[in-house]
Amino acid sequence: MLTSESLKRIDREIAKYPADQKQSAVMAALAIAQEQQGWLSSEAIECVANYLGMAPVAAYEVATFYNMYDLKPVGKYKLSVCTNLPCMLSGGVDAGEYLKNKLGIGYNETTPDGLITLKEGECMGACGDAPVMIVNNRRMCSWMNPEQIDQLLVELK
Amino acid sequence: MAILGAINPMLSLGLDGDKAWRLADYVKRGGYSALRRILEEKQTQEFVINEVKKSVLRGRGGAGFPTGLKWSFMPRSFPGDKYVVCNSDEGEPGTFKDRDILRYNPHSVIEGMAIAAFAMGAARGYNYIHGEVWEIYERFEEALDEARAAGFLGSNLLGSGFNFELFAHHGYGAYICGEETALLESIEGKKGQPRFKPPFPASFGLYGKPTTINNTETFASIPYIITLGGEAYLDAGKANNGGTKLFSISGHVKRPGNYEIPLGTPFATLLEMAGGMRGGRQLKGCIPGGSSSPVVPGPAMMECTMDYDSISKAGSMLGSGAVIVMDETTCMVKALERLSFFYYEESCGQCTPCREGTNWLYRVVNRIETGRGRADDLDLLSSVTTNIMGRTICALGDAASMPVQSFIKHYHDEFAYHIEHKKCLVPVDVQRAGSGFFTATA
Amino acid sequence: MEIEIDGKIAQVPDGSTIMDAAQQLGAYIPHFCYHKKLSIAANCRMCLVQVEKAPKPLPACATPVTNGMKVFTHSELAVTAQKGVMEFLLINHPLDCPICDQGGECQLQDLAVGYGGSASRFQEAKRVVFHKDVGPLISMQEMARCIHCTRCVRFGQEIAGVMELGMANRNMHAEIMTFVGRSIDSELSGNMIDLCPVGALTSKPFRYSARSWELSRRKSVSPHDSIGANLTVQIKNNVVMRVLPRENEEVNECWISDKERFSYEALNSPARLTRPMIRVDGALREVEWKTALDYVAHALKDITRSNGGESVASLASPHATLEELYLLQKLTRGLGSGSVDFRPRRRDFSADGKLGGTPWLGLRLAEIKDLDAVLVVGSFLRKDHPLFAQRLRQVGKKWGKVSLLSVSADDPLINLHAQLTVSPADLPSALARIVKAAAQLKNEAVPEGLESVAPCATSQAIAASLVEGEKGAIFLGNVAEQHPHAAQLHALACELSRLTGASCGFIGEAANSVGGYVAKALPTALNAHEMFVQPRQAYLLHGIEPELDCHNPQQALAALKQAALVVMLTPFGDGGCSEYADVLLPITPYTETSGTFVNSEGRVQSFNGVVRPLGDARPGWKVLRVLGNLLSVPGFDYESSEEVRDEVIAAGEGFVDGLDNKVTAVPCVAWSLISIPGGLQRVAEVPIYSADPLARRAAGLQKTHDALPPSARICAATLQALSLNDGVSVRVRQGSGEVVLTAKADPTVPAGCVRVAAAHVSTAALGEMFGAINVERA
Ligand SMILES: Cc1cc2nc3c(=O)[nH]c(=O)nc-3n(C[C@H](O)[C@H](O)[C@H](O)COP(=O)(O)O)c2cc1C
Ligand code: SF4
Ligand code: FES
Repeated sequence: MLTSESLKRIDREIAKYPADQKQSAVMAALAIAQEQQGWLSSEAIECVANYLGMAPVAAYEVATFYNMYDLKPVGKYKLSVCTNLPCMLSGGVDAGEYLKNKLGIGYNETTPDGLITLKEGECMGACGDAPVMIVNNRRMCSWMNPEQIDQLLVELK
Repeated sequence: MAILGAINPMLSLGLDGDKAWRLADYVKRGGYSALRRILEEKQTQEFVINEVKKSVLRGRGGAGFPTGLKWSFMPRSFPGDKYVVCNSDEGEPGTFKDRDILRYNPHSVIEGMAIAAFAMGAARGYNYIHGEVWEIYERFEEALDEARAAGFLGSNLLGSGFNFELFAHHGYGAYICGEETALLESIEGKKGQPRFKPPFPASFGLYGKPTTINNTETFASIPYIITLGGEAYLDAGKANNGGTKLFSISGHVKRPGNYEIPLGTPFATLLEMAGGMRGGRQLKGCIPGGSSSPVVPGPAMMECTMDYDSISKAGSMLGSGAVIVMDETTCMVKALERLSFFYYEESCGQCTPCREGTNWLYRVVNRIETGRGRADDLDLLSSVTTNIMGRTICALGDAASMPVQSFIKHYHDEFAYHIEHKKCLVPVDVQRAGSGFFTATA
Repeated sequence: MEIEIDGKIAQVPDGSTIMDAAQQLGAYIPHFCYHKKLSIAANCRMCLVQVEKAPKPLPACATPVTNGMKVFTHSELAVTAQKGVMEFLLINHPLDCPICDQGGECQLQDLAVGYGGSASRFQEAKRVVFHKDVGPLISMQEMARCIHCTRCVRFGQEIAGVMELGMANRNMHAEIMTFVGRSIDSELSGNMIDLCPVGALTSKPFRYSARSWELSRRKSVSPHDSIGANLTVQIKNNVVMRVLPRENEEVNECWISDKERFSYEALNSPARLTRPMIRVDGALREVEWKTALDYVAHALKDITRSNGGESVASLASPHATLEELYLLQKLTRGLGSGSVDFRPRRRDFSADGKLGGTPWLGLRLAEIKDLDAVLVVGSFLRKDHPLFAQRLRQVGKKWGKVSLLSVSADDPLINLHAQLTVSPADLPSALARIVKAAAQLKNEAVPEGLESVAPCATSQAIAASLVEGEKGAIFLGNVAEQHPHAAQLHALACELSRLTGASCGFIGEAANSVGGYVAKALPTALNAHEMFVQPRQAYLLHGIEPELDCHNPQQALAALKQAALVVMLTPFGDGGCSEYADVLLPITPYTETSGTFVNSEGRVQSFNGVVRPLGDARPGWKVLRVLGNLLSVPGFDYESSEEVRDEVIAAGEGFVDGLDNKVTAVPCVAWSLISIPGGLQRVAEVPIYSADPLARRAAGLQKTHDALPPSARICAATLQALSLNDGVSVRVRQGSGEVVLTAKADPTVPAGCVRVAAAHVSTAALGEMFGAINVERA
């Protein structure tokens, strides 16, 4: 289920913690599994749990607690827009609306071509750069005014 | 973004945007000399803790607890492992300073943690980094590699016999992990549910071992304190409020960003540094210390200086130093609704008053905002906040309640108008104009 | 530490919480998440109290007592806080107590009456929580009622040793569930139903069959394993509706196993035998009691007259009561036979007559928590003794070093110090390795006969833990007792005990494994094995089903089939008895008779019947009494079961005398290493829900994972050596018997072994529980 490449990366994470504390690597391991698969299936969660010697339901608790894990398939690109107050004051909510119109979808929906899933995010610790959005949990885009958003969408095509 | 301005900078001195974060640059700025001095001069743990005490450095994570005092709680002669943990899970709406510290000056945090580990006899540390700032996590990993290669981390640092291993751990989207015991649970590979205290982390922390947790900025300040001396650091700020601090300014200002200023600097000065109010509009209110701190009306805010005592006198908290500026285009009901949603969404779900109460608060504020408010809703909100505050496991319950109480207190009429007229005092197009989304260009 | 609660003063040890102190004072502080056996979560916040000088109310369950602390549990501050919490708990809780299964025994309902407001100020839509299917025992139909106290989750992690339930999601979407689609399989799972303070987790078999206030409660004692868990049996209209634990800290604490909780379903099953039956013209026909008893008496008289007393043999179940066992042996001896036994699954009887006293656990159950080194020899621990395993789990969690030496590497869910898994034939030599390692560590002479034994690293680690431990214990499990060299295992364990100072004893298979010795249901002629090897003319079988309960069912059935008379005293009329029984006498299960069980620590626990006998069934002791009278055996004039008990145990209740595990004439030094047979060996467990006639007929238990039909479990290497794959059909042969099973790859089975469960109809055609076995592709 997990590729040897993923397992190698997970091993590197495990090494950060005391030998009897493998479970500490679960967040990283789930993130790695999600990167490999595009989302986190229950098989992947169970595989991670077994690899780390923890109860599957304990790994499931973790996977459902942190909101960057996707327990359902998402589009090729997941766009999370911060709409929290500081961002809202500088256009975060408007940016979300703009994206909804452009893509023809609402939050937690995916474009029919499976390309983009739109999510409403919470504070990303970048309020000064508002509007901000994150692509696939990894790449943060700052100062997303209409032109910037248009440009990003072109790039993601 | 960058650190856009400073008065008497320490943390941000010599930074050059994205170009000077590497070890070599840091060393050029005098980096790692504090750690080197302590180890080479064979300073004692007491010396370090004393300097930090003298500096009156107060925790930059929100609570403002004196750092030196916190360090002295760690058991000296504990036989097993001890840990130092850095809290870079910056998720408090309005706060974005730790991200810049880690981006532009990561080695200051590494050096600060190494010094802390030395002072408290810890051999291992973790830096818990907010999941949303992935690029920062990767950079910090790189900085760690540099520090290891240069012998500033690992075993037998600089030949002193002192060992310190430091690792980065990333979050994955849970504000509550900023709460220190939730953060520890999260490092242990569990849900981020805060622990009941006592026991405090100093006696039962990570993996049940004595642990000290400090904010990124707190650790980053340590090398400067050691280099300058505790007293000089204190003098850079004002009595009981040692040193300079980074303030994250967001909202309706011309130049949102981070600014390093001495504690005690007037708010007006800070506002000016940030380019003043966007579009020259009026300051309606300000949340001075991150979303959890009570809102302060504009006029009162203009009277404040930026330090723990002055802001507290104004009825709020300096918190993490996240200044959310709101001008007259802001609908205070909408603003509160968004914050209440945040606390409802981010409640860990563990304890009853917070799990049920934050949901209740949000639903009531939401119905006011959407024109379904009822005459007694403001009383209801105030009663529900009373039933949450002080009765939860961690401070998130309080954090969710204080905005509700302060918004209603200071903007009561606006809420009443909303309930009565089922619409907003501030017209929607005015609110929209305030955000500048459709007018701003890059 | 001195603390004042509502004006009353208590002295408590350092580290106590306000809740502890309140309980000591008998002061009640409302709570949901707190449970004395679980870790402190402090999440429900119901226990908020006022503490002098504290600005905020504090949770009593989690706040440590400080000296001179003053606590107010009913002050305005405290009560306001408690009421506030109650309001929060109720806003998302369905207010439909009248139709809730928990109605009448719900902590939330009880407290809401005192603390809840009259009308809810929360007027939004309530949370919707979907139901989940988690197996045949626990219902999670009504999860909207859950108040997130996490007792069930903590129970799994801390007591059952396996986290099957978790709280997924966060904020008000937090939800108790199993991992996607999983069932709850722990053998202790039912305790979560008791722990759940509301009606979220309920009993599937019991659901909606009665309201709690319609039930009357009676005390009883578990008839299953050797712990003797104390039970509360709840009845309605003379029918057992539910079985719950009765708290006894020294025995079962506040837990019972699922077998104890759910086996009551068998009591009301159609399989119950309610009328005596006699074989007439080849078929069993119902008859009156008098006819049946006269028939038995005549037949026995005839047989003993013409063939002598020794032509009769009696075999009882170790689950029978002390009174039944005593009367059965008395009757048998009265007929002139010494062939009586109560140990049908035993194979090696060579220690008989050489024992220092009644074999037992070697210490009291309550002492287990203080052990710091434990070795369990030959046990499927979790499934054989769920509550005993639970106690050891707590030992492993603290400082204790728990080790296992067994014939399969099943996970006991205990934090183990060491685990040594060997084939059944290797079991004695493996124990010998530990004995020798201990002798070497103690610088004592190596016991004679063990010269050639070479201790491995694991056996050394185990020996070291016992040598270093302040308070150690060695426990011989069911496998060790059923083993063909049980006496040698016993002698080796005694020697290890002598060397290390650890106690030594038997966990005991069944409710009366100690009681049978006390009742002298022991052979002076043929034992449970010999009575089938040398077939008798007449057999009296009490409470056993020989095809499932005997060490070698093949042999037992052959002997029974040739006998002139087979009399079965049994609560059940189904099963294999129609093949070999000539007379069926319906006796009552534990709920319908008075009696006594002596648990593994020697504790005498008498109980009364909780309901009237079903149909014409009669308590076993009464049936035996009448038979004694009809057969004119002297001394059968008992008026009550207590009279019988008092004849056996002078002391009445308490602990029995004469407990002693010494085995005198089987010195460990005199044994020679057993030669290991070539070929495949059988590993046979007795599956948890096949272990006794009640469990076998409990509908819910039979739907669990643990009740899945046996397969032939073989490790991958052996499978390969046999050119078999996982999942193929195999023909399994032992002696003249054979069955077809599915081969399953199972890494826990030692190489060269085939694990085939005993005590199951699908494997009853096989022979001994140990020894050579044959497997080939079917
Ligand atoms: C709900 C909640 C969220 C918090 N978030 C953060 C955070 O994002 N960063 C942080 O440094 N401290 C945060 N804190 C404060 C920490 O619990 C802790 O007090 C702090 O990390 C201690 O460091 P300091 O003494 O250096 O300030 C939070 C506290 C609470 C109750
Ligand atoms: S106050 Fe909220 S976030 Fe904190 S422990 Fe309780 S439920 Fe969790
Ligand atoms: S019993 Fe104390 S918080 Fe639940």
